[in-house]
Amino acid sequence: MMDVQLAERQAELEVLRYNPEIAGEPKFERYSVPCKTEWCVLDALNYLKDNVDPTLTYRWSCHMQVCGSCGMMINGEPKLACKAMLRDYPGVIRIEPLAHFPVERDLVAVADDFIAKLKRVKPYLIPSDKRSLEEGEYRQTPAQLKRYRQFAMCINCMLCYAACPEYGLHPKFIGPAAISLAHRYNRDSRDGGRDERQEELATNEGVWECTFVGACSEVCPKHVDPAAALQQVKVASTVDWYLEHFMSWVKK
Amino acid sequence: MSRNPYVREVSPTTWFFRMPRYMRYMAREVTSIFIGIFTVIMLVGLARLSEGQVEYENFLAALRSPVSLVFLLLALAFALYNSFTWFNVAPKAMPIQVGEELMPDMVVAGSHYVLWVILSVFVLFWAGVF
Repeated sequence: MMDVQLAERQAELEVLRYNPEIAGEPKFERYSVPCKTEWCVLDALNYLKDNVDPTLTYRWSCHMQVCGSCGMMINGEPKLACKAMLRDYPGVIRIEPLAHFPVERDLVAVADDFIAKLKRVKPYLIPSDKRSLEEGEYRQTPAQLKRYRQFAMCINCMLCYAACPEYGLHPKFIGPAAISLAHRYNRDSRDGGRDERQEELATNEGVWECTFVGACSEVCPKHVDPAAALQQVKVASTVDWYLEHFMSWVKK
Repeated sequence: MSRNPYVREVSPTTWFFRMPRYMRYMAREVTSIFIGIFTVIMLVGLARLSEGQVEYENFLAALRSPVSLVFLLLALAFALYNSFTWFNVAPKAMPIQVGEELMPDMVVAGSHYVLWVILSVFVLFWAGVF
């Protein structure tokens, strides 16, 4: 195989460091890392951990924009470190843990709040008519798949929470990803769990905390468009309210 | 090992200076203040109308003052900005799926513009402009 020579670059990284065992605020540390120009920020962090400071802590797994583990703030913007290419960051690269979440250690954000909210909205199939194994699989047409597929692309990377100012200001907000995933199942032809999910979604902490800033959709690495999901839940919830209060004879 | 998470506070008054996209959002929100003030002016006009012709003429004269004209032009510009940005995101809130394809955004947003023009013409006609 031909050995491709990649150009070298000395990348300047400013990494926020926080050690929970030592009292005090997180502080930026500056590192100069020998990199290949085609590396991503995650490669640079891996080099740093392997060769300079093994105590540097961050989450990552797949290195290919699928697992959603390596979300962090890169020059103030929520990004997957594996999707942020060094060539797009010519100057000093400032790396912080995802905004709006507490810092566990260094670049690791505390995800407990998101996980708890995800559970609350029941993001799994609640079959409208339960089938026994003998009855076979639930079948779906391509058109029925199309109705929710976009929202099923979410990888739980939490970039949308780090972008959402509403979540930053009101941490009780269930938030973009959890509501999008609930919406994904609401739109599934096999599902009958919408009423249960509405208990969480059609509330002040749910979809009505959203003011449609739209930042979630701008940063989403999988083009889920959470802002669209939330507006659709708002429209559907409003229709529910009118049906209930003015047209109660119409069955939902 | 015990956990000791560090919480970074978000400033409730200056958060939107952090990113251009937050500034754009706030700009759109601020436009609604002008639309709100314009609505109040219209209500005051209604009240003056109910008080008789002299009061209403005075109200109309006040609307023609330079300060008022500047405000009305600003309010119009902001109302247009608010409407355009709102209509352009309508396809997100109301996607229309036909078979396996979504209707193009242009069709969904475009129908809002068409409805807007029809309603505006109707209101202007009703107000005796034509």
